[in-house]
Amino acid sequence: MPPETVTQQQRADVIHNIGYRHYDGPRLGRAYARRSLFSQSLRGAYGLGRSAKSKVAPMLLFAVMCAPAAIIVAVAIATKVDKLPVEYTRYAIMLQAVIGLYTASQAPQSVSRDLRFKTVPLYFSRPIEAMDYVVAKFAAMASSLFILTGAPLLILYVGALLAKLDFADQTKGFAQGLISVALLSLLFAGISLVVAALTPRRGFGVAAVIALLTISYGAVSAVQAIAWDQGNSGPVSWIGLFSPITIIDGVQTAFLGATSSFPGGVGPGTGTGFVYVLVLLGLIAGSYGLLMRRYRKVGL
Amino acid sequence: MADTTTVEHVTVIATESLSKRFPRVTALDRLSVDIAPGVTGLVGANGAGKSTLIKILLGLSPASEGRASVLGLDVAKDGSAIRESVGYMPEHDCLPPDVSATEFVVHMARMSGLPPSAARERTADTLRHVGLYEERYRPMGGYSTGMKQRVKLAQALVHDPRLVLLDEPTNGLDPVGRDEMLGLIRRVHTDFGISVLVTSHLLGELERTCDHVVVIDGGKLLRSSSTSDFTQATASLAVEVTDTTDHPDGTKALRTALDRAGLTVQPAGRDADGTPGSDHVLLVDVASEETYDTVRDTIADLGLGLVRMEQRRHRIAEIFRSDDDADASHAPDASHAPDAPDASNAPDGMTKPAGPAGASAHGNGGAVDAA
Repeated sequence: MPPETVTQQQRADVIHNIGYRHYDGPRLGRAYARRSLFSQSLRGAYGLGRSAKSKVAPMLLFAVMCAPAAIIVAVAIATKVDKLPVEYTRYAIMLQAVIGLYTASQAPQSVSRDLRFKTVPLYFSRPIEAMDYVVAKFAAMASSLFILTGAPLLILYVGALLAKLDFADQTKGFAQGLISVALLSLLFAGISLVVAALTPRRGFGVAAVIALLTISYGAVSAVQAIAWDQGNSGPVSWIGLFSPITIIDGVQTAFLGATSSFPGGVGPGTGTGFVYVLVLLGLIAGSYGLLMRRYRKVGL
Repeated sequence: MADTTTVEHVTVIATESLSKRFPRVTALDRLSVDIAPGVTGLVGANGAGKSTLIKILLGLSPASEGRASVLGLDVAKDGSAIRESVGYMPEHDCLPPDVSATEFVVHMARMSGLPPSAARERTADTLRHVGLYEERYRPMGGYSTGMKQRVKLAQALVHDPRLVLLDEPTNGLDPVGRDEMLGLIRRVHTDFGISVLVTSHLLGELERTCDHVVVIDGGKLLRSSSTSDFTQATASLAVEVTDTTDHPDGTKALRTALDRAGLTVQPAGRDADGTPGSDHVLLVDVASEETYDTVRDTIADLGLGLVRMEQRRHRIAEIFRSDDDADASHAPDASHAPDAPDASNAPDGMTKPAGPAGASAHGNGGAVDAA
């Protein structure tokens, strides 16, 4: 074939391609759009699909979260212990500062950015409704926290099995730990999103979430310590209701076989435990309700 | 809809005594308008109810009374379905700075229900159509206003809607960017076959782009007519000339000469679209095609240098401020009133009685001067 024909053919192709093509394929609608927003937000919580700079903080915190578990496992395997030095349920409580930092850095990232750069109206010009936005963001934040808190538990569990610890014991502990961090993830996600959704300024959001988590925990532990010192062990378990992390501590002490980190180890019993569960579920549902109220008003 | 027999007769948007009342303001007041396929301009000053109308059309805000349908779907019931086949480009900035245009538009395509592979394909196509090439892989924080506007348009088009609502797409653009954007909007209809509703407060802009123009003010329909009707009423020509030794004040000489030739001429200190002009710019009412020739010949006869001669952009305010202007601050307008009898054409299609105020509407170029 003479070369001219080929180039002409190609040129014709190029011209043909420049024309506008209509889309006749499927439109997957609202539920798919909600899933897309969920996966985009979840990826975003680890900096995926964003700039290299925004991957640093979440990845670093994830590494910090997993490192102690890896060390514990390495030691356990090397020294042939008969049980892990840390309970599954205790791990998240120990590393609550890391979880707090992660929550504070990623919750505003998830919702404040959309408010600040006014992307929210664009979302609402798509098939989704305000409810879908809230559900997707809430689920994404909770899932990212669950990955953060669940991954080290998985390392511990795999390590424990490699160290040939008792399978039934370890599996039970692991399951209890997972339930505990799942509740923690929902609670932290709800509280932090409510706070972050109040302000389009990311910095304010970060500071407010950190303040809320640390101040409440600091106050609760201080009051608990004072009460314990004065020999009042009764109120100690009730005071724990006033900070997110101690609520989780209380719930898992009452129902998930955990040892309480409250002073003297006086966690709530079963009766008080029910109150803890109620407060926990109330807070999660309340956060969802507040978010719905917030976004119903945002509109275009 | 009743009259959807042929493609020609399909109504893209139909509203029927649509009202929206907030506790303290009435944003829309019994607005009834039918919009056919094509490019339609929605003109109104800030607060005229344009954004409220768009919100209702997208099914995001319930109307206080009346009905509206988009693409044959009821806005009160089928909001989600409407939003699936309608694109929306907001007036404000809406782009996160740390993601690339490609990633952002893919995400918005998926939010409209496109499967992942289709979303990527359509994004590449759409970004190319709006004129974004290599830069689409860079974070959008570094984009110029023109590029940002293109991305905003692309996200509205990416799911191949049947109608796009563009809210002030030329906001913040320089004259060249504005012309490109207007050309692009025109192409959205002619080449892509997508109907367009575009809002603006510059009537002159829409004259060049739209088939049909709807003017609203205070939530009421002021006028709905084809663009050619508007053009007749509002065409004028900005002319700027140099001074020569024969005519030390070339502008004045030209004005005298044009007056003698029977044309209506006013000085313009400032262009209607806000760009600062000078005393050297004259506004000539275009009576017919021959006006252009007359102006050219007059300038040539005087031996002046022609700096520019362009279609002047009219501000929509000229049409609906007419009532207020007559009695209020624009006293200098009175001087133009006698020499602008044709200006009373402007409020022809208006619902309000215009009276002598019609004349001042046309002389607004001068009024801005004086103010």
